[in-house]
Amino acid sequence: MSTAVKKEHKSARPERGGQATLVEAIRQGIWEEMERDPTVFVIGEDVGAYGGAFKVTDGLIDQFGKERVVDTPISEGAIVGAACGAALMGMRPVAEFQFIDFISAGFDLLTNYAAKCRYRWGAGIPAVFRGPCGSGVRSGPFHSLNAEAFFLNTAGLKIVEPSTAYDAKGLIKAAIRDPDPVLFFEHKKLYRLPRLREELPPDDYIVEIGKARVARSGRDLSIITFGAMVLTALDAAEELEKEGLDVEVIDLRTLAPLDKAAILASVKKTSKVILLHEASRTGGIGGEIAALIAEEAFEWLDAPVIRIASIDTPVPYSPPLEDYYLPQIKDVVDAARKLAAY
Amino acid sequence: MDQPDKSTRRRRRPARPRFQMRVSTKYAPRKAVDGKPLSCSTETTLNAEQHLDLYRYLKLTRLVEERLVNLYRQTKVVGGVFRSLGQEATAVGTAYALQPHDFITPLIRDLGAVLVKGIRPREIFAQYMAKAWGPSGGKDLNIHFGDMQKGFIGPISHLGDMIPVMTGILLGARMQKKKFVAVAYIGDGGMSTGAFHEGLNFAAVQRLPLIVVAEHNHYAYSTPTSLQTAVRDLAEKAAGYGIPSHIVDGNDVVACYEVTKQAADYARRGGGAVLIEAKTYRRKGHAEHDDQRYVGEGEVEWWEKNNDPLDRYERYLLECNHATKEKLEEIDASVLREIDEDCAWAESSPMPEGEQAAYGVFENNIVPPAFRPKVLEG
Repeated sequence: MSTAVKKEHKSARPERGGQATLVEAIRQGIWEEMERDPTVFVIGEDVGAYGGAFKVTDGLIDQFGKERVVDTPISEGAIVGAACGAALMGMRPVAEFQFIDFISAGFDLLTNYAAKCRYRWGAGIPAVFRGPCGSGVRSGPFHSLNAEAFFLNTAGLKIVEPSTAYDAKGLIKAAIRDPDPVLFFEHKKLYRLPRLREELPPDDYIVEIGKARVARSGRDLSIITFGAMVLTALDAAEELEKEGLDVEVIDLRTLAPLDKAAILASVKKTSKVILLHEASRTGGIGGEIAALIAEEAFEWLDAPVIRIASIDTPVPYSPPLEDYYLPQIKDVVDAARKLAAY
Repeated sequence: MDQPDKSTRRRRRPARPRFQMRVSTKYAPRKAVDGKPLSCSTETTLNAEQHLDLYRYLKLTRLVEERLVNLYRQTKVVGGVFRSLGQEATAVGTAYALQPHDFITPLIRDLGAVLVKGIRPREIFAQYMAKAWGPSGGKDLNIHFGDMQKGFIGPISHLGDMIPVMTGILLGARMQKKKFVAVAYIGDGGMSTGAFHEGLNFAAVQRLPLIVVAEHNHYAYSTPTSLQTAVRDLAEKAAGYGIPSHIVDGNDVVACYEVTKQAADYARRGGGAVLIEAKTYRRKGHAEHDDQRYVGEGEVEWWEKNNDPLDRYERYLLECNHATKEKLEEIDASVLREIDEDCAWAESSPMPEGEQAAYGVFENNIVPPAFRPKVLEG
């Protein structure tokens, strides 16, 4: 029996820019920020020698030492609490949840301590809480969460979720430099997706938090979405283009605070809206955006605002079940056709 | 397949000795001898000035709280008033053992520690009365604020949460090569939380100089300690974290001072975290509204008569000739003057403007304040 396993240990410093997938872009971003600012440090489970479950922090410990790459017990309360404390001291922690599902174990300290500290006594918490989110990778009910809706109703937390490598790097850097706590959700399905590999500029850049992006410009209807669903929307748009429908895709990038101006501008342009997200439908961010549109762009609408989201169940494991759970390209195409004909 | 040779491995790496329970009881409560009323530990490094200082803080704590009760009855306090009556010595004695640059994170009943850290009574009064001049500008209550310069980080209502936060303070300080120790206060109730465990476990693993003062005051709201934990002494819990612990008479301010000094020295030397269990008693209810129907008859009265921390310290000061009755009365008068002055200041503060509620969720240069939206105005 051959037991020889080659240990591939990629601990080299990432390139500055160059061809990068989404995960490499985030790693570059954290690495560069740690080089730029000695107060930036990484804390989480298995982030050190192992480099994190998804290798986002790979090699950091060799470069920056265990003082700045802190392996913790399995203890999300300790991770969040310690990040808050260190941030109060003027450090800039980048805390990792191994999977965003485990953010529930740090929920109390996030929502009660991190979120409220500046409001209560003016002490900002410049910390990033990041981790892999999202379904569609056959990981079942505990490794597939989209957590944004849990936190949208908590004032004091910014929420970011990139869908391109360029944005991922620019946003993680912006999040690290932000004076307030930022939840940084990374869709694990996008981490190594070849489709997202792109050439990053070699220079230091950030993508401003709070600004959406027009992922595709169109005139006939808008799909407002974020994360991995941006790809679903773009694929649907391509298909609809063959039918003569010109679809606009808005990638929110930041979920809190929402880029109201970008949302309303797109609504006023196309007058027909699909809100597309991967988290369950009820209580999801789609409802919030629909309400915003109803309040502030009612007279611009030519059709009902449509939500396409996952069904109201936990995320199931088996592929046929998960495919049924998740919004598919076909769902978007069908809805868009109906909306166009409305 | 070859099995690793366990015998040689054992020889190379000797097994760590099994953890020995290290509960020090040197300062644990003692029974009164021959019916003699309780005093304080006479073995002390405190000098004359410090002795009087401690008295001043004990008195200040008690009288600030009494003033708060008056304000409460006049409906000037917006929320509840939480007393530390009968357990002031723990907060004052432990905090007094720290250096000015050390940190504390108190619980609601540790007003004494907050005052020792240099927070003025006026800030406390303004906070309780929800005034604009309070350190949180009316956004939060009582001691729920902080002052990083003074090493004071106020608690939140969620018990246990401050243990991991303080662990983070120390972790950050270590990265910045700053050397100080920190005291995090917790109670017999708060020790049941997950956050307490997560924070202390992490501090112990990282060998951070965290001193956890566990105030065993018999009640968490109405729940007795027997329904909170199966250990006899809270100090036993230290074994689960591989750290040493002390039991101290929480109503003996000198013992509280000495034991914390020892713990702080140990932590400063790089020993890591320490747990101190302070045995004390909460003579008032959870807050002023609480009628204490769950307390056994005569219990509160017994503690008041036989084990009041201020009585004990006063007796000790007089017996050991550290102070005269006149000197103590002089201190009492100056404490009262300070309270009158600070209370008047706080009362003269306006209430905050309603619109201030919109500010400060985020850095407002980046995210604008959360003003009420104007309806149907685009």
